[in-house]
Amino acid sequence: MVKVEFLGPIAREPMEVKAESLAELSKRLYDEETIRPWLEKCAVAINDVMVKDPNHPLKDGDRVSILPPVCGG
Amino acid sequence: MSDMELYEGPLNVKEIFGRWLDEEAESNYGAYIPFVGTIREEEGIEALSFDIYEPILRQWFEAWQAKAAERGAKVKMAHSIGDVPVHTSSYISAVFSPRRRVALELIEEFVEDFKANAPIWKYDVIDGKRIYAADRSTPMEGAGILGIGNEERGI
Repeated sequence: MVKVEFLGPIAREPMEVKAESLAELSKRLYDEETIRPWLEKCAVAINDVMVKDPNHPLKDGDRVSILPPVCGG
Repeated sequence: MSDMELYEGPLNVKEIFGRWLDEEAESNYGAYIPFVGTIREEEGIEALSFDIYEPILRQWFEAWQAKAAERGAKVKMAHSIGDVPVHTSSYISAVFSPRRRVALELIEEFVEDFKANAPIWKYDVIDGKRIYAADRSTPMEGAGILGIGNEERGI
């Protein structure tokens, strides 16, 4: 299982998901109506490191952070 | 103190800039360019509010420290967490460099990249409620990797 946390304005509690890659996780997240509209616009960090590969593997205990569009300052 | 500072609420701009100036007084930099972001009163907001993802913000800032060092320069920044009332400041940054040209170029690149890629979320505060500033926010570099393969899912 991996832990998925939704940062900033995505009003959603963290969830535990069984997935072996980001692509697989993506499919699971698309099934969630409140999360689906965010996915195209979000970046991803795994264990506090940004990732760019949509097929990035996931292992048990990974923490996946979903980062919606930003605006600092 | 680290060159990246985070504070609950508005920044004490004069104290921070003054301290940064003191810190680098003997560093032999010829140019010091500060940038101050101040919350404007517009569209009925009483404040802006901010969430920060600190581990990634630190990595983003450390990458900028390395880029600045390659050019003989130094960057510093401070940002607020939580509510920041209008006419106060939520973000300040500065570049120190031996000569003005590098500092002028770096402050622009640094502030613009900050707006585009620092993991910070902004909300308008109206009647005490936080409203995500969706139309002013931009997807981070690398965004969209969860959206690949939509067709195969029939979306």
